[in-house]
Amino acid sequence: MSGMILRGRAWMASPYFTSLVTVLLLAVLLAAGGVAYPGFLSLQVLFNLLIDNAFLLVIAVGMSFVILSGGIDLSVGSVLALTTMVSAWLLQSWHLPPLLVIVIALALGAGFGAAMGAMIHYFKLQPFIVTLAGMFLARGLCYLISINSITIDDPLYVAMSQTQLPILGGFISPGALIALLTLAAAIYVAHCTPFGRAIYAVGGSEQSALMMGLRVGRTKVLIYAFSGFCAALAGVLFSFYMLSGYGLHAQGTELDAIAAVVIGGTLLSGGYGYVAGSLSGVLVLGTIQTLIAFDGTLSSWWTKIVIGGLLFVFCVVQRLMALGAGRKT
Amino acid sequence: MNSVRHPLFRPLAALVLLLLVDLLLVPGFFHLEIKDGHLYGSLIDIANRAAPLVLAALGMTLVIATRGIDISVGAVVAISGTVAAMLIGGASTADTPMAWALCAAMGAALLCGAWNGLLVAGLGLQPIVATLILMVAGRGLAQLFTDGQILTVYYKPFFFLGSGYLFGLPFSLYIVGAVFLATALLMRKTALGLFIQAVGINPVAARLAGLKTAVLVFFVYVFCSACAGLAGLMISANIKSADANNAGLLLELDAILAVTLGGTSLAGGKFSLAGSVIGALIIQTLTYTIYSLGLPPEVNMVVKSVVVFLVCLSQSAEFKNMWRALRANKQGGAA
Repeated sequence: MSGMILRGRAWMASPYFTSLVTVLLLAVLLAAGGVAYPGFLSLQVLFNLLIDNAFLLVIAVGMSFVILSGGIDLSVGSVLALTTMVSAWLLQSWHLPPLLVIVIALALGAGFGAAMGAMIHYFKLQPFIVTLAGMFLARGLCYLISINSITIDDPLYVAMSQTQLPILGGFISPGALIALLTLAAAIYVAHCTPFGRAIYAVGGSEQSALMMGLRVGRTKVLIYAFSGFCAALAGVLFSFYMLSGYGLHAQGTELDAIAAVVIGGTLLSGGYGYVAGSLSGVLVLGTIQTLIAFDGTLSSWWTKIVIGGLLFVFCVVQRLMALGAGRKT
Repeated sequence: MNSVRHPLFRPLAALVLLLLVDLLLVPGFFHLEIKDGHLYGSLIDIANRAAPLVLAALGMTLVIATRGIDISVGAVVAISGTVAAMLIGGASTADTPMAWALCAAMGAALLCGAWNGLLVAGLGLQPIVATLILMVAGRGLAQLFTDGQILTVYYKPFFFLGSGYLFGLPFSLYIVGAVFLATALLMRKTALGLFIQAVGINPVAARLAGLKTAVLVFFVYVFCSACAGLAGLMISANIKSADANNAGLLLELDAILAVTLGGTSLAGGKFSLAGSVIGALIIQTLTYTIYSLGLPPEVNMVVKSVVVFLVCLSQSAEFKNMWRALRANKQGGAA
């Protein structure tokens, strides 16, 4: 009896625990949907979750790097909007080739992130306030280009938005495929490269990482550059999806991304969690939205309330776990 | 020499500089006149429009002084405005007596503050995460109350809060003045200000010295939400409706900006209430200037972000050292 409790405790304290809880929650949500609504548990509904949330997944991957390192990036939603705006402007007003536009957009996002990372590291500023200012700056720059939405009619973008890649009897969009590839690459970087280990080390304790001789400055700048790059990539995917550039695109996405990462089991204090958790976090958020849409009688604000409630539960569970771990040592 | 070192010198200088720009570029900026017994003019207008922001910034100052942050201010604004509008109802007479409606709205705001305070002080969650929960769910709750509609209020006495005049000045100025005075007295004449500062400078040392840090932290979050609730009443009385989706949108960011501009460090500790008021006035004057210069209002965001970057850099010790080293190098090279 006591052995079982002990084993249970050890299992709860293992790093897989919160991530597993999320996967379980996702399964329960999907099962509940399947019971309540016929046709909910089809493969295509799952694929649609991925298609609709591809941009959020990419942003959440970047955000999970930042949060693993103990920081936060509030500028991602605005950088996404800026990317859609710059892409649309370069395509429609300058008639640049689409591939060049995509490269420029990605470089812009990475550069923006790197600049913020440099300010955070070299001037010892709080990530919160620097990225907050970055959020204002990127949104403001959108409106300087145009206050109206710009429609994109470039053939490549249109093709990307309409192509359906057949898979297992259903289909996914190229955007969803890119998002999954980004996730795979990020998992590899986080768990199999020196850079990935440096991120965890900085998140665990910056002081110790510095004393170990890790290049903390370079790591931090690269992390924010990666987050900016992900936000820009999400912007490119978003413009495939919406076929327009607009300064009001993706407002509040930074909060969704943070929520997805937290629900995915990553601790906001840094150094603990899995990049893969961002996928389950995003899918949980997406499933809630789909469930509410399927129901039809519940209004959209229920999404906010449920996400807030989930955030609360996950934060409290994480906090209690941290307290329990602290008492043991 | 001493006056340059005074903590309020820089924010005041920035405000004066902005006003000078207005003096030169905006005709009739300092013109005040009395119409129907009310004082009118750009300065009054700026002060009146800045009122909700000043309130939010006052509450935020104390939270930041304890090393915290409250990003749920905008959601609380939406909740209190919605509760008041809902209870007063959409008729020319009030469904519920106005005093009750206002009390209920403030009660809702206090509940929000108590929730934030419990999460931060009781559970020890990081302030940004704890208040993120209410920020996400709060607007959803407000929309739930109103069924997603914008409630319009037709009850005249309610409007007095937002656009009424008393002795020739906007009524909102009296509210802000009263809150500022009460807070300043509470901080200066009692030990509360010192305690809050102690928590911000070193929470562990403050607790070991016998301060009830948890109670103090709980109090500042409740106070911040109360300020936000009052701001919410003012905003909804001013626009004569409650818009759960947009009322007070991004107000938390402006409030944080105002506090930073006022010279309170985000790292906690020393705080300046007067500085935050000046910071809020700077933001509103900036907005007014941009509008009256005929620049597109969107420039506002870019200017604000540049100002934040500059203020942050000016507070960073590393930046100062780098700057000094650069200047020393130059002088060394010249000599």
